[in-house]
Amino acid sequence: MWEYTEKVKDHFLNPRNVGEVENPDGIGEVGSLACGDALRLSFKLDENKRIKEVKFKTFGCASAIASSSALTEMIKGMTLEEALKVTNRDIAEYLGGLPDEKMHCSVMGKQALEKAIESYLGSVKQEPANIICECFGVTEREIERAVRENDLSTIEDVTHYTKAGGGCGKCQALIEKILARAKSEGKAKDRPQLTNLQKIKLIEDTIEREIRPILKQDGGDLKLVDIVGNRVIVALMGTCARCKVSSVTLKNFVENKLREVVSPKITVEEEYENDISGQ
Amino acid sequence: MKTIYLDNNATTKVAEEVLEAILPYFSHLYGNPSSMHTFGGQVAQRIHEAREQVASLLGAQPDEIIFTSCGTESDNAAIRSALVTQPEKKHIVTSAVEHAAIRALCAHLSTQGYRITEIQVDENGNIDLNELEKSLTPDTAIVSLMWANNETGVIFPVEKSAEMARERGIPFHTDAVQAVGKIPINMKDNVIDMLSLSGHKLHAPKGIGVLYVRRGTKFSPFLIGGHQEKGRRGGTENTPGIIGLGKACELAAKNMEKENIYVRRLRDKLERELLKKIPHSRVNGDIEKRLPNTTNISFEYVEGEAILLLMNELGICASSGSACTSGSLQPSHVLRAMNVPFTMAHGSIRFSLSVYNTDEEIDYVIEKMPPIIERLRHISPFWQQVEKKAANL
Repeated sequence: MWEYTEKVKDHFLNPRNVGEVENPDGIGEVGSLACGDALRLSFKLDENKRIKEVKFKTFGCASAIASSSALTEMIKGMTLEEALKVTNRDIAEYLGGLPDEKMHCSVMGKQALEKAIESYLGSVKQEPANIICECFGVTEREIERAVRENDLSTIEDVTHYTKAGGGCGKCQALIEKILARAKSEGKAKDRPQLTNLQKIKLIEDTIEREIRPILKQDGGDLKLVDIVGNRVIVALMGTCARCKVSSVTLKNFVENKLREVVSPKITVEEEYENDISGQ
Repeated sequence: MKTIYLDNNATTKVAEEVLEAILPYFSHLYGNPSSMHTFGGQVAQRIHEAREQVASLLGAQPDEIIFTSCGTESDNAAIRSALVTQPEKKHIVTSAVEHAAIRALCAHLSTQGYRITEIQVDENGNIDLNELEKSLTPDTAIVSLMWANNETGVIFPVEKSAEMARERGIPFHTDAVQAVGKIPINMKDNVIDMLSLSGHKLHAPKGIGVLYVRRGTKFSPFLIGGHQEKGRRGGTENTPGIIGLGKACELAAKNMEKENIYVRRLRDKLERELLKKIPHSRVNGDIEKRLPNTTNISFEYVEGEAILLLMNELGICASSGSACTSGSLQPSHVLRAMNVPFTMAHGSIRFSLSVYNTDEEIDYVIEKMPPIIERLRHISPFWQQVEKKAANL
């Protein structure tokens, strides 16, 4: 059972602004029956070019309907410039949060709004779309955008926000590339100066989120023993501990990851414990 | 608010009689059945009786019954045993619509050097026995096909399939978790080697299952430990669970006729009326070869999770095969394997009944479902197009 906030339930059970605006100034449609959710948004402006009336029709689950309803309430009275600044995060926050797996519902709202405004401005962009996920028809641009705007770091995140990779899974390698590219671009821009405490926390988080799950897939594990300046001391456990190539695993994988995320000065060392293999 | 429970393929209410039979084993009769003293020994006696009750429902011998913790454990034990006892064989035959207990296990085994063949189903959810025959090879270690499908209730010809496997000396296993207690099963009349069942699907508590292993079938234990279950499943017995399952099997044997007449009538009424009252709806799965308690109905142009939550507001419990409820982003693998169109697959609802449902409950659901579907269709952009098309005709 999904854990929905009271606000999501309210907007699902009593959706606001259902329907279609007569003689609309703009209409935006996203999604399809095959995808499992779709949204049609239409709006009309008043004499001051503010959104006077906005309505939606949505096919989808409770959070898709609630996200659409919330979006219409949020943008009513806004200028188009203001409405374009509404992000999918704003929609989720307005609803008191959405389950991770349902974030794509808020992204769908955002996309429909943009399309509706583009249709009004007559600037529907027909740039060649590079489809990454064929199951759900998600383009490279859409994935890049979701990654950038929501600070996504894993394939799972991308799936939660865009659905890409959630079908047959064949495109996951491509998504991984987009993530890597986004990460290196983000890094090149500015890496904030970390305090020692922040650095330790970031090292811990990176090990927990990005390193251990991968080692565990092969029956291994890793324990953070100590951090001395930029020296990170770890102990390998499980199959990693007995693996002849474990030092390679360490150098090539753990160190690269920490250098990439935390600081290029990081070095990783392995501590040998006699009793580790028994853990 | 009254709960109307139409989700009996997910789990069932523990029968009053079962609960009553179990309670003493949670309190004063707590002895270990393996103990030498009478205090424990009397519990062993009751386990002995429960084994006979289970065997009797299946037309089996008591020593062919191994108590496990659940259907999943039974399925795992069966497949693993076939692989361990025939280490030279690396091929498994199963179907595209199995429960996760078999599917996920086979997916895992496919990364461990085993080759998996999934028999496909047609649009009604039936398998083609010719396809099964073609898939069997000298390298095949086991064939595992479910007796009845949990989502659609479609019944597979497992007895005929078992004969095909037997002719080639291949062990045959069936996941009968949804079938036991709902349709007659008599292991004397077939050549199925192993069968899994789960207590909580037939009014026993959760946490108890059975693996039936025919006499003479090579078996290697999955849980290795003490001498319980004649060394075929280590671990101290779940005595309340076993005794409860024994009682539930006795009740199931008694209720079998009611299940097939009374429950079937309620199911048929529900199905008939919903299809009549709600346009653009249809049943998924073979109408004839089906469990008497299950109907899987698709309502076009609306989404299953939304339907379930509106039903939930009225206390009506059911399940859906839609993407948002399947734990992935695609509709259930069963509906996809049957090539149910996307317009239908996302709006599928499974109603599964039991002997505890009443005519009043079914009438209430028949009354409440049409406005729920209408309400969601009113919000759906696709329904509008359907209505426009209809108006233009």
